[in-house]
Amino acid sequence: MTEKWNITLRVSRQKDTENQHFDDFKMEVNPDEYVLDAVERVWAFMDRTLCYRHACHHSTCGACGMRVNGVEKLTCITPIRAVTSNGATLKVEPLRNFPVVSDLAVDMGAFYRKMEVVSARAVLPITEAEIENPATNWPQNDAQFLRLSDCLECGLCISACPVAATSPEYLGPAPLAAAQDVGIHRNPELLGIVDCEDGVWRCHSAFECTAVCPSFVDPARRIMALRTQVIGAKLGKLFGKA
Amino acid sequence: MTKPHAIIIGAGFTGVATAHDLALRGFDVTVVERGDICNGTSGRTHGLLHSGGRYAVKDKESAIECIDENTILRKIVPQVIEPNGGLFIAIEEGDLAYAEQFIESCEECHIQLDELTPQQALKLEPNINPKVLSAFIIPDGTFDPLRLALAFAGTAKHNGAKFRTYTEVQGLLTDGKGTVTGIKVLDRASNKSQELHADVVVNATGAWAGQITGMAGLDAPVKPTPGIMVAYDQRFVQRAINRLNVPGDGDIVLPQRRMVVVGTTSFDAENPDYIPVTDEQIKIMLDRGSELIPGIRNAKPRGIYMATRPLVGGGSGRSIARTFKCYDHKETHGIDGLVTITGGKATTLRAMAEKTADVVCAKLGVTTACVTKETPLLSYRQYYTIPN
Repeated sequence: MTEKWNITLRVSRQKDTENQHFDDFKMEVNPDEYVLDAVERVWAFMDRTLCYRHACHHSTCGACGMRVNGVEKLTCITPIRAVTSNGATLKVEPLRNFPVVSDLAVDMGAFYRKMEVVSARAVLPITEAEIENPATNWPQNDAQFLRLSDCLECGLCISACPVAATSPEYLGPAPLAAAQDVGIHRNPELLGIVDCEDGVWRCHSAFECTAVCPSFVDPARRIMALRTQVIGAKLGKLFGKA
Repeated sequence: MTKPHAIIIGAGFTGVATAHDLALRGFDVTVVERGDICNGTSGRTHGLLHSGGRYAVKDKESAIECIDENTILRKIVPQVIEPNGGLFIAIEEGDLAYAEQFIESCEECHIQLDELTPQQALKLEPNINPKVLSAFIIPDGTFDPLRLALAFAGTAKHNGAKFRTYTEVQGLLTDGKGTVTGIKVLDRASNKSQELHADVVVNATGAWAGQITGMAGLDAPVKPTPGIMVAYDQRFVQRAINRLNVPGDGDIVLPQRRMVVVGTTSFDAENPDYIPVTDEQIKIMLDRGSELIPGIRNAKPRGIYMATRPLVGGGSGRSIARTFKCYDHKETHGIDGLVTITGGKATTLRAMAEKTADVVCAKLGVTTACVTKETPLLSYRQYYTIPN
């Protein structure tokens, strides 16, 4: 028998020039369903005016990021069981630090512009993935193979970052992590892009980005590694090795 | 001379690819989508860049479409593709019996095919079932569904197309003599209705095509046919793994990022808006998927979802041909100004768009040729970075 819970889904609403408010939807759920399934059922059966972003439903596209009970989650892979209990309320809100388009949907324009500025890689050789799971000794000839990058460009790290909240021009965790992945050695132009006021030095090491990243990117560690790259590149220039 | 204006309903694969094609042929293009881009079937597609191997034996037309489009997409949109090939593997004697017609059919459909011994196959993919009896390597691939659509949409935007998401069609506008002249829409973000006029309206709503044709009093040209997908949290393989046999449930396992995705099933549904996942279907994916890759039994699910194919033609479920159909409703029902494109599959999105744009151009006397085969797509990020 499938387990059934009764929950109240408390959904952030905001149309046009309205102020943010919340609508409650009482619903029966299977706790093993994902938060996105509950949101989608509100639209399908209870309120056709609800707007939210979603596409792949398996953590490859990065469209369905929301704040769930105040914490950034990729809702398509967040089981309801993991974030609430039977009879309780589950609050869903749009990501912070993005303009709200409507309800739970946000505008990703500025964020994707920053990912483009650092030439974030969409696909990369599988041998360059930092960890592979399961850890198998892949055959030598697999070096020719490509893999979609870990970063889903979901924006959870931007929403969670306390620095992004105060300075909209800050590149932010995912773009800086992408710059580290590309590497200044591979793209020397990155030095000027990240070694500036709104770049790698603005991070305050809150590590919130890594805490919410749903896709193993570990942006905080990569930002620290990018600082090492920047210092290395600048020292190289200083001593004429660039 | 003013440009002809086309409204496209639906920002799934066919809608965005048709927007790209028509923008290149000099149209003013407006795409309306009730949700965000790719929120329906397209976003939830399995992500297999078909070589055509799956269809070669039973449906050569589909198979040839697939290998041709597979080759084109690798060239024009490599940014969204894991181009690592695929294996068809035989696990049981019954699978081996299928091998002969599989080889013949792939050759007939010019799908490149190399036979491997079980030892060679296990060397290439150490995590497939060690009981593998035979294997064939073919040019399958994997793509990111949303980013595939974004690349088409972003390039279309660069060429002037406008995208209006969260905009739901409420009705068709007509001239009183049966010709469709536009649509009435509700902007769901502002809760305001508006009329949009155009020289032609393209219904690219896939499994929902019947809801739009219904507004013109026409029957649904399509049968919604959902199937389940289960993603698991380990990347066991680098290539798409297919069961060497007649297409069935749970017989494809795809790598994608750090996951594998097992799919799928096939059944009929009435309302494609919400198809619930059932425990029975999840179990089928686990049982069948682990026949191909035993390690799946020890992996954790990371996303379980239903996607609703828009299948055209007679029959039901897997016996329906996967090819697409484009209807000029003037030809079929005497209703001018409305074109419906439906059916098909993700791999053939560009070809579907070419056919649709050909029909639209013929209606409006536009003679510009299709150039999408040779036009590399811009970065998928352009969709978000170019203001509407």
